[in-house]
Amino acid sequence: MTTDPKSMSCEQFQAQLSDLVGSGADVDNHSHIRECDICRQLYQELKIIAEAARQMFPDEQPEDNLWERIESAIKKEDGIARAD
Amino acid sequence: MPRSRFQKQATEASAPESVEEKDSKVQLREPATQVTPTPPPLSADAEILARAQAGDHHAFADLYSLHKRRIYSLCLRMVGNVAEAEDLTQEAFLQLHRKIATFRGDSAFSTWLHRLSINVVLMHLRKKGLPLMSLDEAMEPSYDDGPGRSFGAPDLSLTGSIDRLALERAVAALPAGYRLIFVLHDVEGFEHNEIASMLDCSVGNSKSQLHKARLKLRDALRLSLRKGDRR
Repeated sequence: MTTDPKSMSCEQFQAQLSDLVGSGADVDNHSHIRECDICRQLYQELKIIAEAARQMFPDEQPEDNLWERIESAIKKEDGIARAD
Repeated sequence: MPRSRFQKQATEASAPESVEEKDSKVQLREPATQVTPTPPPLSADAEILARAQAGDHHAFADLYSLHKRRIYSLCLRMVGNVAEAEDLTQEAFLQLHRKIATFRGDSAFSTWLHRLSINVVLMHLRKKGLPLMSLDEAMEPSYDDGPGRSFGAPDLSLTGSIDRLALERAVAALPAGYRLIFVLHDVEGFEHNEIASMLDCSVGNSKSQLHKARLKLRDALRLSLRKGDRR
C-alpha cells in the first residue's frame, strides 16, 4: 500500500527516508519535506553528516615501526616457504 | 572508486574534454612510422609495482610508503581502534605480499589494494564474532533507535559546521555494524549493492543500517554541541 506523500505522517516519511536517499530520489522536493519543518531539518542534518564524513577524515599516519613489523613478518613467511 | 549518493552531483560537474582540445591532440600526433608499436614508458608508480611483482623487496617497501596512510586510515575508520588498525594494516600488506604477483591490472592498483584491505578487515570482524549486519538491530530498533527518536521540536541545529573531532569520536563510538556501513558508504563511497555483496546482506538492510548510523551520529553530534554550549 502506498501513502499519499502529502498526507504522510512524520513517522511514515522517516520510515521511508533511508530508501528515498538510497534510491537517489529528489528528497529535497518531496511533498512531505516541503510541508514539514521537522523532517526537512532532519534530512538536512543527515545530509550534512554524510557530506562532512567525506570531507573530514584526513588520512592518518601509522606508527613508524609498523613497517619493521611487516618486514619481519614477511621475512618469517619467506623463511617458512623456503624451508618447505 | 564508486562515489556515494551525495557525492555524485559534485563529480558530474567535471567538464568533458572539448572538441578543440581533442583536435589539437590529433594534430600534434606524430605520423606513424613504426610497424611495431613501442609500449609506453612505465610511470614511476607502475615501475615500482612491476618491480615489487617481480619480488624486489625495496620496491615493496616503496609500495608500503606510497599506500600506508590510505590503508591504515581505512582500517582505523572501520574498526575505530589504533592497535587493531595497525594489526590489520600489517595483515593487509602481508596479504598484498602474498598476492601481488596475481595483480593483472584489470583495475587500478590502489582500488585492488583497497578491496583487499576491506576484505582483511571484514574477515577479522567475522573471526571476532562481531555480527557485521545485526538483524536484531535492523529489524527491531530499540527504544533509542530509529526514526521515532527524532520526533518533537529540534532543539539544536547542526547547520553550518560539524566539528571534525566530534564526528570522528562519534563514528568511533558507533556499534560495529553501523560504523562499517557508514564508513563504506559515506566515507569510502561504495554503493549499497556493493556493500550488500561484501557483507552478504540485502540492499534494504544496508540502507536501513546506514540510515540508523546517521541518526545515531546526529544524536551524538547534537549532544556534543550541547556540551560545548554549556562550557
